[in-house]
Amino acid sequence: MNLRKLIVTLSLVAGTALAASAAQAEKIRIATEGAYAPFNMIDANGDLKGFDVDIAHALCAQMKADCELVAQDWDGIIPGLLTRKYDAIVASMSITEERLRVVDFTERYYSNVLSFAAARDSDFKTDKDSLKGKVIGAQRATIAGLYLEDNLADTVEVKLYDTQDNAYLDLAAGRLDGLLSDKFPAYDWLRSEEGQSFEFKGADIDIDDKIGIAVRKGDPLKDKFNAAIKAIVDNGTYAKINAEYFPFSIY
Amino acid sequence: MSWDWSVILKYLPRLLEGTWLTLELVAISGLIGIALAVPLALMRVSNSPWVRAFPFAYIFFFRGTPLLVQIFLIYYGASQFEAVKQSVFWEVLKQPYWCAIIAFSMNTAAYSAELIRGAIQAIPKGEIEAAEALGMSKPTQIRRIVLPRAFGIVLPAYGNELILMLKGSSLASTITLLDLTGMARTIIARTYTPLEIFLAAGVIYLLISGVFIGCFRLLEKRLNRYQHYRHQVPVELTKIDPRLQD
Repeated sequence: MNLRKLIVTLSLVAGTALAASAAQAEKIRIATEGAYAPFNMIDANGDLKGFDVDIAHALCAQMKADCELVAQDWDGIIPGLLTRKYDAIVASMSITEERLRVVDFTERYYSNVLSFAAARDSDFKTDKDSLKGKVIGAQRATIAGLYLEDNLADTVEVKLYDTQDNAYLDLAAGRLDGLLSDKFPAYDWLRSEEGQSFEFKGADIDIDDKIGIAVRKGDPLKDKFNAAIKAIVDNGTYAKINAEYFPFSIY
Repeated sequence: MSWDWSVILKYLPRLLEGTWLTLELVAISGLIGIALAVPLALMRVSNSPWVRAFPFAYIFFFRGTPLLVQIFLIYYGASQFEAVKQSVFWEVLKQPYWCAIIAFSMNTAAYSAELIRGAIQAIPKGEIEAAEALGMSKPTQIRRIVLPRAFGIVLPAYGNELILMLKGSSLASTITLLDLTGMARTIIARTYTPLEIFLAAGVIYLLISGVFIGCFRLLEKRLNRYQHYRHQVPVELTKIDPRLQD
């Protein structure tokens, strides 16, 4: 009698625990940076918003998953994924060889080009000779930062910033002659009050840069995200979100 | 995650480059800091409340706000004002190197001044009274008695402050400087091996601290040698009369 009671109780407890862990498995934690307008930023209320955030929510709705978004500093964002602080990164992250050694990426959810920006009234040309001796800023641990180090390290003085916002501040302050950055976020800044005396200089640098969602190596989440990306592109949800931020398609 | 020793070896020269900048920042700021701290501490122990007011406010501000905030205020804050950008100071404030030195110097000056103040007040009253009894003027007292005694007392605590500043100097990496931490973060941005590179950087910081601690031990021994002095009793004296010993 007592033994049977014990067994019933135990199986009940085990059942609840199992159900709870199953419910937890449904939950996807997604990291973004929160300092990369208009893709991800933190608004006056402290909430995350932007293109990445909207896409993440749209994908979660498509997958019928319970998602939680967290903000994480950029240069710790991949280590955080690897140590399971979250399960995916939707933070305008470029798919690169180097990153692919440590994480998996989904198909692209947009494509990026690089561009120089400098003061409107400055005589800023982007060929190697004209760039000689100039002070050029970029965000640390980004494609733009690596591009400067790889291609122009001997030509220009490279300054690396923790956030894109700090690089804008220093461009406006006059510490930088120019800035190399992903074009779309810079497009947003150039339209702002602080950025209006600056403009894009030279031709876009197409570095075949695809932006994807990073997940841990071998995580089946990758296929789920891929299916969801395809679905929202096909059903027009993507175009709707795109139009809220840019008058041209960035897919 | 696999462990990769070769990445440490490959990037060691760049880490050492960063180490050099870290040492430079700590050394220059340390010297400026102590030069500012001594007059601040002397003002702080003045009898006049008017003289005490400035160092009090200064120390209150710099001890009460985070170093990171101070660096950002100097680096990003100053550049917001057109007047600053037009002035001669801009040549200095434009460079992150000098912004870091200014912030570190002012910060460590505040802490050191408070340490020195404590040391001055810990000097046994009798020693000051003895100096007065000998008719020493106030400046002579400070030069011959107060400061030498205070330096001896403050030394262990000051060594501590210098080590704190060594570690605080890692914040220079937030204003584009490639100090040891900045260099480590830039390398990690390329290699994605945070454990290996931060371990290497940590060991380098540890070694520098070790050297600092050793140097301060030696200095302490030298400045406070009176504490280790052994009274030697002449042999003949002991033979004569035990009551004459000491």
